[in-house]
Amino acid sequence: MSTPTITTPGSPEPPGDEIPPDTFAGRITLAHRAGGVAVPLLTTLVAFVAGGLVVLVFSRKNPLSTYHAIFNGTGLNWLLPWNTCQFPCQPAIHLQQTAVQFTVLVLTGLAVAFAFRCGLFNIGGQGQYIVGTIAAVWIGTSLDSLPGFLHVTVAILAAAAAGGLWAGIAGFLKATVGAHEVITTIMLNWVALWIGVYLVDIGGPLQDPSAGPVGVTAQVDPGARLRVLWGTPGLQALNIGFFIALAALVVYSLLLNRTTLGYQVRAVGFNPDAAAYGGISVRRSYFLAMAISGAFAGIAGSMDVLGWQLNVDTSFVNAYSYIAFLGIAVALLGRNSAVGIFFSALLFAALTTGTAARNLDPNVFPSELATNLTQMIQGLVVLFVGAELLILGIWQARRRATKTAGRVE
Amino acid sequence: MTEADRLVLELRGITKRFPGVVANDSIDFDLRRGEVHALLGENGAGKSTLMNVLYGLYRPDEGGIVLNGKPITFHSPGDAIRAGIGMVHQHFMLIPVMTVAENIVLATEPRRAGVFLDYGAAETRVRALAGQFGFAIDPDAKVEDITVGQQQRVEILKALYRRADILILDEPTAVLTPQEATELFAILRSLNREGMSIIFITHKLNEVLEIANRITVLRRGRKIETVDREGSTEAGLARLMVGREVLFRVEKPASSPGAALLEVEGIQASDDRGVETVRDVSLTVHAGEIVGLAGVDGNGQSELVEVLSGLRRPGAGSVRVAETDVTGAGVKEILDLGVGHIPEDRQRRGLVLDFSLAENLALHDYDREPNSRLGWLFPSRLVARAKGLLQRFDVRGGDAQTLAAALSGGNQQKVVLAREIGREPRVLLAVQPTRGLDVGAIEFVHEQLVAARDAGLAVLLVSLELDEVIALSDRILVIYEGRIVAEYGSDVTPEELGIAMTGGRVDEETAA
Repeated sequence: MSTPTITTPGSPEPPGDEIPPDTFAGRITLAHRAGGVAVPLLTTLVAFVAGGLVVLVFSRKNPLSTYHAIFNGTGLNWLLPWNTCQFPCQPAIHLQQTAVQFTVLVLTGLAVAFAFRCGLFNIGGQGQYIVGTIAAVWIGTSLDSLPGFLHVTVAILAAAAAGGLWAGIAGFLKATVGAHEVITTIMLNWVALWIGVYLVDIGGPLQDPSAGPVGVTAQVDPGARLRVLWGTPGLQALNIGFFIALAALVVYSLLLNRTTLGYQVRAVGFNPDAAAYGGISVRRSYFLAMAISGAFAGIAGSMDVLGWQLNVDTSFVNAYSYIAFLGIAVALLGRNSAVGIFFSALLFAALTTGTAARNLDPNVFPSELATNLTQMIQGLVVLFVGAELLILGIWQARRRATKTAGRVE
Repeated sequence: MTEADRLVLELRGITKRFPGVVANDSIDFDLRRGEVHALLGENGAGKSTLMNVLYGLYRPDEGGIVLNGKPITFHSPGDAIRAGIGMVHQHFMLIPVMTVAENIVLATEPRRAGVFLDYGAAETRVRALAGQFGFAIDPDAKVEDITVGQQQRVEILKALYRRADILILDEPTAVLTPQEATELFAILRSLNREGMSIIFITHKLNEVLEIANRITVLRRGRKIETVDREGSTEAGLARLMVGREVLFRVEKPASSPGAALLEVEGIQASDDRGVETVRDVSLTVHAGEIVGLAGVDGNGQSELVEVLSGLRRPGAGSVRVAETDVTGAGVKEILDLGVGHIPEDRQRRGLVLDFSLAENLALHDYDREPNSRLGWLFPSRLVARAKGLLQRFDVRGGDAQTLAAALSGGNQQKVVLAREIGREPRVLLAVQPTRGLDVGAIEFVHEQLVAARDAGLAVLLVSLELDEVIALSDRILVIYEGRIVAEYGSDVTPEELGIAMTGGRVDEETAA
């Protein structure tokens, strides 16, 4: 089954001695091309089948009815034409929650994907998300003399700047002393987390004094909140953040493919030596790519704070912020493309909402196990995405061996 | 039928198709006991595909393999190895941190108590094997510490250890110095005397004439002819290979040098480890001349070129391009002054393989109008301009949207040339511009360099190929241990150059 990898249809002669550069970006690129849309779809399908088996074996529940209940928990059934739903409509509320999750997962996914395209692995989404939430809540609870539109805009921009600067530290260290971004971004996650806890905890500078023994900030000024378009404000209602996330996907795609900065970032991601030879500053690209990545994650934080959470407490900082880590899975499954990230963010958002204890029909699946199911299915998808990369890696190694054997061609 | 008895291997009517291309079209090939049979062809002629079929990496669509008179099918390289076929790849498959003996016995190692490596036994066997074939090699040396030539011997020994009696060598001299190549040929002859049969894959004509008993020429997936070495000439083989007459002499009118465009004064530079590799180099290249810089690899050429192109900062000295001081300037600044640079390694430096040809052609000016405006890139304009350049430089195998990785080596180099010459620089740094290319592509590159010279460019040609330097250059400088040690006109002989390049005494009259 030696798949002939050395020809493209229409090329009159077998292509040259191409071997992709052995960088992370190179492998991701390979993964990109290797299976097109089929591989991520298959990955997801296999994860669901495996998840269904686990459900069957350990809880003796029917996997199909469980998945059906999960689907209903996502609220996506609201979109079905035969659905008639009276107020208070549960599917509508679930769908709004899915949209809110989607918003943050798109943005944290982009934060990982943009750095990937420059050959960097940004796993500091959590820290960048946290500094984004802090900046958003800080601006949102102060500057209340600003008119509403301006106030919310400034709060979002502040979150973007904070996330950008935070990731920029890792980019700067990479550019100047070559410190590996995986190490520095993980370390910065913890720094951000504990600074965040300090700021909002009892006696911290951002704690609401009237909250007394509770570590929580004041509520964001009404003018600084994202306008709710559908649902009950204060619950996880659909707000304009959803459209900001969609716009971010467009911005991401344009930035990469239609700007000179995107050209530089892609060139460095594919081949830093060639980029330097072409006169592109590799260091500057590293810094900018990280900063832009961080800005996406920072905006993600502001979406949650200004959209529905409206304040920040200690558990939000040190537990909920973990959602930013899912951005890695979103980017990997979405193949770092805008369209792919759209769909993979939708999948993960639906899974998170659909398996939430409060959304899953307790008659079908016990609610005390629901959270475990959430993590299990997400874990399986991530595992299979990882396995896919591993399989592609092995396949590439084989191909490398075959290609070196075929080096004369 | 004594002749047929001596055939150890026959490939009969091998056809291998890939989507859109027939890599091997009904190829017959046979191998006699104790001979070197060269497989000669341009890049892409189908040599490697044929050998991969023989080695069990590909299954042929048609045709079959006959080994020692019996039809046989290989499902994997393991089958081929068990049948006595050994292959030495161009890129060695050795583990650098392990010793020579460990590498050789790998996978079939002698064991103690079934688990532990019996290193003593391994070493003894390797020593005996090396002695039998007259290999000078230390079984205890670590592979990372020995030279490339010795590593190749380890690969050959590995095949012999696995009892191979047919050896496939894939471009074995590509990584060797001329001396090491001579040693390799001696080894091959001794292997022949021991009854080993050797298939020697190459596209170098002089090697074929030196080592092969018979030569099979492939072109575009077809076997053209099998000829004996006796009576073959380089010109004849080249014609079979390329399908037309090939000029070995580069035709160029006399040069008419103009103003000094590249002036280098007292440059000193160090490599990445901080070792001084360029020592007080001064040279001048005028408009309309090609200055060749000859030298053995690793004598400071790479670092010198990096200084001239802005990739490396010099420790001392000055560089002037068209009377502008660019000492220590960045890559961008130097490019913008009109310096074209054909880099040493087109895959590492010259191209972003995952970029389209249009994007690669814009590597230096993507950020300038009309390609972009205020940071906004216009991909359609990149494509439009690329189309003209690809046509002008005769790039085949893809259009402006094709990824560079999909092109053959020769066409990749044409893309680099199209970019570097196409933007009409004043100075052209051409470093090993024909490395790894086949005869037809070499001819094209040479023509382009001469055309660039005649258009008034100052060309600095850095090459390890003496014939190339002599054929193209109007003046030749020799670099040795980071110093320019001699200067010659284009009438120098390879022997003179060779002596100067290896630090031999230089005749006072010809020295600069």
